[in-house]
Amino acid sequence: METTPLLRMEHIGKEYFGNRVLSDVSFSLEKGQILGLVGENGAGKSTLMNILFGMPVISQTGGFEGKILLDGKEVRFQDPLDALDAGIGYVHQEFSLIPGFTATENILLNRESTKYNLLVEVFGNRLETLDRPHMRERAKKAISALGVDLDPEMVVTEMPVGHRQFTEIAREIDRENMKLLVLDEPTAVLAESEAQVLLDAMRKLSAQGIAMIFISHRLQEVMDVCDKILVLRDGRVIQEAKTHETSVRQIAGWMVGRKMEETAEARPAERSLGAPLLKVEHLWVDMPGETVRDVSFEVRQGEIFGIGGLAGQGKLGIGNGIMGLYPAGGKVFLGDKPIYLNDPRFSLSAGMAFVSEDRRGVGLLLEEPIEWNIVFTAMQTQDAFTKSLFGGLVKWRDDRAIAAVAKEYIEALEIRCVSGRQRAIELSGGNQQKVCLAKAFAVKPKLLFVAEPTRGIDVGAKRLVLDTLRRYNREYGTTIVMTSSELEELRSVCDRIAIVDEGRISGILPPTAPVEEFGLLMLGTTRNGNGNGFSEADRTVFHNE
Amino acid sequence: MNEKLKAFIEEAGWPRVIIGLFLLSLFVAAPFVRVRVDASISDTLVRFGMNGILVLAMVPMIQSGCGLNFGLPLGIIAGLLGAVTSIQFNLTGVLGFAAALGMAIPLAVLFGIAYGLLLNRVKGDEMMIATYVGFSSVAFMCMMWLMLPYTSPNMIWGYGGSGLRTTISVEGYWLHILSDFLSIQIGPYLYIPTGMFLFFGFMCFLMWAFLHTKTGTAMTAVGSNPEFARASGIDVNRMRVISVVLSTVLAAIGIIVYQQSFGFIQLYMGPFYMAFPAVAAILLGGASVHKASMLNVVIGTLLFQGILTMTPSVINSLLQTDMSEVIRIVVSNGMILYALTRKVQAKR
Repeated sequence: METTPLLRMEHIGKEYFGNRVLSDVSFSLEKGQILGLVGENGAGKSTLMNILFGMPVISQTGGFEGKILLDGKEVRFQDPLDALDAGIGYVHQEFSLIPGFTATENILLNRESTKYNLLVEVFGNRLETLDRPHMRERAKKAISALGVDLDPEMVVTEMPVGHRQFTEIAREIDRENMKLLVLDEPTAVLAESEAQVLLDAMRKLSAQGIAMIFISHRLQEVMDVCDKILVLRDGRVIQEAKTHETSVRQIAGWMVGRKMEETAEARPAERSLGAPLLKVEHLWVDMPGETVRDVSFEVRQGEIFGIGGLAGQGKLGIGNGIMGLYPAGGKVFLGDKPIYLNDPRFSLSAGMAFVSEDRRGVGLLLEEPIEWNIVFTAMQTQDAFTKSLFGGLVKWRDDRAIAAVAKEYIEALEIRCVSGRQRAIELSGGNQQKVCLAKAFAVKPKLLFVAEPTRGIDVGAKRLVLDTLRRYNREYGTTIVMTSSELEELRSVCDRIAIVDEGRISGILPPTAPVEEFGLLMLGTTRNGNGNGFSEADRTVFHNE
Repeated sequence: MNEKLKAFIEEAGWPRVIIGLFLLSLFVAAPFVRVRVDASISDTLVRFGMNGILVLAMVPMIQSGCGLNFGLPLGIIAGLLGAVTSIQFNLTGVLGFAAALGMAIPLAVLFGIAYGLLLNRVKGDEMMIATYVGFSSVAFMCMMWLMLPYTSPNMIWGYGGSGLRTTISVEGYWLHILSDFLSIQIGPYLYIPTGMFLFFGFMCFLMWAFLHTKTGTAMTAVGSNPEFARASGIDVNRMRVISVVLSTVLAAIGIIVYQQSFGFIQLYMGPFYMAFPAVAAILLGGASVHKASMLNVVIGTLLFQGILTMTPSVINSLLQTDMSEVIRIVVSNGMILYALTRKVQAKR
């Protein structure tokens, strides 16, 4: 049947300040179809949806290229309200509900059924009385269209997260002309059983003729519910496929696969590593947005151990937790020595150092000179660069020694600055990162945690930073635990790479493992087990060290 | 030449250049309205010495990120208690002065610890809370001055026979004990309180030295970026308490120095507004809400006290009316307002 598709996006492209985030993205969507939109963080999914909805951020940064056709007519929404009027609904990742209101009130917010009263004569329509029984009916209708069991009188604060998510969806489908619904990671916060109910509800809506765009990192769900799948990577459409013609494994490969030759470069022969240096058993860390639930691993002396995974899955929490920056529990041993968690000073004195992913927030004293930034941690934890006066009563800061050692690091790491007295805020991102590294090296750590060492710095500086890490590892035998969102970076530097998913390590792989296997671990398909083309036997292989 | 001038103005900052020029013009104008320049200089110097340490008390809390110490009256109260106790025991001369300090400092430490623990619970709103700590402690002491069992006839109300008077003279105890040490008298009007300057300089040196120790460095880092400090193993709350204690102790010392020069101990509502001139002075000196140096203290105190001395006398003579108090209030509060709005700008 040859009809005009409900939605067509043609040759969509977008640049942010000369930085291309989308190029030539085209796809179409029929009535009642469900499209799965998948891709890594930063692949361009959100930008694409922002363009569809006419979010102000798009027009403020120079608009976009290409055409959007809704029911065969070209549309260009000026703001999200236009998109709503045209029958496109958006279910956000974060709930946009009013906590103290009931489900009914939230569902019908600003579209309430009303009755006439006398005040209207004086003050206008805004003062009409709410028609509560009718509102209840409408809310019930929207909820039953979803096929879920949700009390319309329940206050949002008292709802389990699943019900909140349903309230949001019900709000969208209460609109009369709803044709297309965008669901941005709706299952991310849900338990598996709740997610299942949501998927059923999606099928029901699709049967009623509502088309949907489903964004999710859980590939199995995408496979279960979608009719077709669009894979984005680095702002391009990598593949558009019918669900029944592909497999989870194939999609994972499309998502993360980059040029393979970069990785293969200069991989040294088998390295001889020492005895286990760091032992982590059942670690949990309560770091907002990066919760670690139950992580155990070992790092050997002289190793560079990589930790990867998607954003928000907990990979950053591991380093922060062991260094005592966020509440943590479990057992951590450095050599034979147990590490008391939740005490940064103890972790530092034990011989560990940390380069934070939050460079400007945690990593640097922006208003102070570079010198101070470099020596501060060593000075405070080891009394380095101080002179004892009056028999140790006063620990005087030794400015001359500080200047000397800062100069050394500035030269060794090629930090581009006027002098060691320059304030850290005046440096570029790459040079700031080098200052952070110098700070960690100045402690002379046995074990170094590095988090997102190349985030937000340019290509040249990236290379320098990675080379520096490699050099310190080879020359001084510093054991390094490196956390990064960039898989390629981990594969080029690390001896082994652990992938974290939902606060747990889903597998540890050698850097030479095929890229799809990393992809599968990141997407957590192993846990759900029955992924297409991914058998029980494969899984056991991944857990081998 | 022009370049050099620009660089100088850049370095000093416009506010200081403008106020400096204004002060200079007041000194130039003074003889024409029959105000003696030497007497004015002398006044300015004495006031500078009196207020210096109170301004210095701002430094530790600014450095540790606790903001401006609007709770200065708390430390001042510790100083007042030390002073009246010393008089109660009839101690005179250097001994009396030392005893006042000796009693005031431990009290200030205690007050400072409690005050610091309180400020640790209200991070981000320190200045607002500090203001009310100052105000409420003054109000509380208004009752205590009446009830504390002091008996020295020099200090208690004449008629009731109990409770301390609002103003107590230190004459005969330790009046000018510091000021007169090595003091210089030039002509009948110009008097330089050398001893007070030396003491102030010594205090500044101690503060400077403290900021150059390991602990002082840690304190500065806490003020600069508490997250960084925590990640480097610093106990942020402890550093903040230390800074508050230092500030409170300096306030206690400062008020005793103030009294020995002024000649009177002012109780009850006396300390109520003491924080504002000190805050205004250090801001005028070029300190921001989270960075201050000894130079800021010295320049700020000199300029601010200079303006406070000169404006009333010169302008009053010009306008032929008495508006000294009004001008003082306008200048000091205007300065605070200016500096606090500038802080918002700097944050972007």
